Amino acid sequence: MNMSERLYRTRKIKNMIAMTLSSVAAIIGLGWLVWILATTLIKGGSALSLTLFTEMTPPPGADGGLANALFGSVLISLLALAIGAPIGILAGLWLAEFARTSRLGTVIRFVNDILLSAPSIVIGLFVYTAVVIPMNQFTNGSISFSGFAGGLALAMLVIPVVTRTTDEMLQLQPASLREAALALGIPHWKVTLQILLRAAKAGVVTGVLLSMARITGETAPLLFTAFGNQFWNADLFKPMASVPVTIFQFAMSPFETWQALAWAGALLLTIFVLLLSLLSRFVFSRKRGAQ
Amino acid sequence: MYITRTFRLSALLSAFCLSTVAQATDVTGAGSSFVYPVLSKWSQAYSQNSDNRINYQSIGSGGGIAQIKAATVDFGASDAPLSTEDLEKSGLGQFPSVIGGIVPVVNVEGVEPGQLKLDGETLAKIFMGTIKTWNDPAIAKLNPDLSLPSANITVVHRSDGSGTSYNFTNYLAKVSPEWKEKVNFGTTVNWPIGVGGKGNEGVSAYVKQIKNSIGYVEYAYALQNKMSHAQLKNAAGNFVEPNSKSFQAAADTADWSSAKDFNLLMTNAPGADAWPITATTWVIMYKEPKNAERSKVAFDFFKWSLENGQKDAAALDYVPLPDSLVSKIETYWESEFKN
Amino acid sequence: MSATTPYNPATARDVREQRARRDTRHDRWFRLTLLTAALLVLLVMLGAAFSTLWGGRLAFSTFGWSFLTSAEWDVVNGRFGALVPIYGTLVTSLIALVLAVPVSFGIALFLSEIAPPWLRTPVASAVELLAGIPSIIYGMWGLFVFGPFMAQYLAPFINDYLGSLPVIGGFFQGPALGIGLLSAGIILAIMILPFITSVMYEVFRTVPPALKESAYALGSTTWEVCWDIVLPYTRSAVVGGIFLGLGRALGETMAVTFVLGNSHQLSMSLMMPSSSIASVIANEFNEAYTDLHRSSLIALGFLLFVVTFIVLMLARLMLARMSRRAGN
Repeated sequence: MNMSERLYRTRKIKNMIAMTLSSVAAIIGLGWLVWILATTLIKGGSALSLTLFTEMTPPPGADGGLANALFGSVLISLLALAIGAPIGILAGLWLAEFARTSRLGTVIRFVNDILLSAPSIVIGLFVYTAVVIPMNQFTNGSISFSGFAGGLALAMLVIPVVTRTTDEMLQLQPASLREAALALGIPHWKVTLQILLRAAKAGVVTGVLLSMARITGETAPLLFTAFGNQFWNADLFKPMASVPVTIFQFAMSPFETWQALAWAGALLLTIFVLLLSLLSRFVFSRKRGAQ
Repeated sequence: MYITRTFRLSALLSAFCLSTVAQATDVTGAGSSFVYPVLSKWSQAYSQNSDNRINYQSIGSGGGIAQIKAATVDFGASDAPLSTEDLEKSGLGQFPSVIGGIVPVVNVEGVEPGQLKLDGETLAKIFMGTIKTWNDPAIAKLNPDLSLPSANITVVHRSDGSGTSYNFTNYLAKVSPEWKEKVNFGTTVNWPIGVGGKGNEGVSAYVKQIKNSIGYVEYAYALQNKMSHAQLKNAAGNFVEPNSKSFQAAADTADWSSAKDFNLLMTNAPGADAWPITATTWVIMYKEPKNAERSKVAFDFFKWSLENGQKDAAALDYVPLPDSLVSKIETYWESEFKN
Repeated sequence: MSATTPYNPATARDVREQRARRDTRHDRWFRLTLLTAALLVLLVMLGAAFSTLWGGRLAFSTFGWSFLTSAEWDVVNGRFGALVPIYGTLVTSLIALVLAVPVSFGIALFLSEIAPPWLRTPVASAVELLAGIPSIIYGMWGLFVFGPFMAQYLAPFINDYLGSLPVIGGFFQGPALGIGLLSAGIILAIMILPFITSVMYEVFRTVPPALKESAYALGSTTWEVCWDIVLPYTRSAVVGGIFLGLGRALGETMAVTFVLGNSHQLSMSLMMPSSSIASVIANEFNEAYTDLHRSSLIALGFLLFVVTFIVLMLARLMLARMSRRAGN
């Protein structure tokens, strides 16, 4: 009796310590966020204005905006998602459904993990040598750096993140779900796409969002692929401006107008990711509620 | 399936844009971050008088050289000149574009901007670690009127490769045989001592944070951050302030006539008023253009900027090339480039 | 059953058979499409690895094995060795993991078990937001805000209390510069935190409620449910999330570059500036003039693939042993 009481008490104390620590961890994690956000907000907020969306990147000392960079970033990121997300999801499906234990599956899973940590500058160099240079030679100099090449480079960053999360999320689906569906005689592809993928949708979308978050801020892979452009350009096969490259170039300059634009750009990126994450959560909570 | 769809989309998009801007020529350049602000200013001003657009991106001098050699851009810009053999091997030519200065900055209590006086040898010894404190006799001898603390000197240098370091170490190597032997010069060197900051921003930040420190930054950063700069003793033996006059004096008196392809660093220039750490950025282009139309526009742009861009350059704390050098460049264009 | 069987006029049985055949055909196509996508992953990786190997061939052929063992990085005289960057990469990533994993676990636990429901979504979105901040902002924040804070408050404290300890004291001695291995590790930890956290939180939510509820019904405390039910159930996905973070830490460039200092001196103290593979590439690639220098930097990129390969291999072995033990 006494013994079990003591055991009960130690269990409770242990639980309390763990819960306190985890709350503290949450506060610490949020503390960093608040700190960094506050810096971005204070420095970027003062430069926020409507002209950010209507005017081109200016030379130092003059007023201007980020219109060309914002447009370029949106186009390049969409292209990267359009190429990378389907490939990543399909590859993740294959790993989870057809190659859980096969040797090729193990190899690809492993290779995918390595790709996750490939420094983005290396990916940029790869696309530079594999796409930019050949295109330049092939077209005799009329196409070299391009938004298209930038999109390809970012797609290569999207693929491993999406592949990994899709694989994980599908593996977590209970086997009974798959077995019940297959027992009904539904073809495997339908089971995978319409039942398993749908069940794992929230997780898969989290993966896509993570990858989107990862690429919105990437500078290094764009420097040698999409390059940059101080003018408006909507041609995917010409050098294209992007927000991260503009931030990178402006933030390290001595000119206050440029630094302010850089912080404003950083703030816009951050707000964009926030909206993205809020939107997806909102959509899902509503869908769940309707079921 | 998705890829083809994107292709179709982009083809549509490009068809749409080509129809609107087909008549203009887009010239692309890449390289040195030092000239990025002024080139972007010139480019904007130039585009107001012309349909043609000059797009310059700062990817670093090394990157600029690599890109022009790969012919992915129409011109490159580099803080270090290419050797004549290197130029000939690739069929390239180069010429200076605009001048800037590199300034030693200090953070010592009670020392106002421009009060501290240093000479090259002392500067080298400080960056070497042989002079360790601010009240060292060598510094005191140059500054009889200043009372300097006995505190240890913290040296701040660039951590990333840069043209600024290239010119700064080149100056130290010219004035100090010991520096030349032990460290020599380059975009990145093995610094004997000190803290590394990333970019001019990083160095300015550290010098401002760390008491009794010394670093070096581009002139514009020293001005914008209101940092305390030092006077330097030049090759003629005079103490000079860093400003557009002393930078121009250096460019004016540097021995360009004996330097083929402008392959000359202006550090430790002989003029009486010359600032000893003056630098320029070279524009590198193909002598026989890969694309005649774009190359022609590029030359037009540089001609325009050398002749009309001086005021813009000065507003950004750069220094326009002296007239003597401009005419030398124009002769070089005539004789070397096919256009 | 092959798809080339001649077509028969429709009868009820034939329709069924036909449908089965069509399904098989579709399944085969489906499988093939998926396989192609998976092979593309392999292709991208091989392409990237080979392009770095090819770009670095000059460095490898010039220095041979000494490229790995030499701590010298002398740009002026063209002598390059990768020991310091490799060391710096491993140490900063290790610090980041040691700091980030417990905190991430804590946050995920807090979100899934402790926090009231109305707090969950905002906090989870906020953490995800950390992942969306561009890495250059982390770098600038590290340089202008965190670096000075570290130099002024944290570093002296660490020097005084940890630096005087026997054995491990050496790790914590050094000038209070605010930059160095420890600062870089901390920034990395903040950067990988949201990746690990959001994966953990996401998988914690997939644990069937029946499992948790049965444990609670048996009188388990919240902690016991997490540690003994939730964590084992989600172990492979949690480790996956940690890999995601580790991968990011090994290859992170911009943020580290600002606070690591790019020094090529080998030093034991975590308070001293050092360099990592990615930071050296970012710091020097733009201004590398000589072919050998450029090639050495690209060779470093290849080495990062190798380092990652080895680290992940070790992690995988560990995981395999863990699950073997759990199976007993």
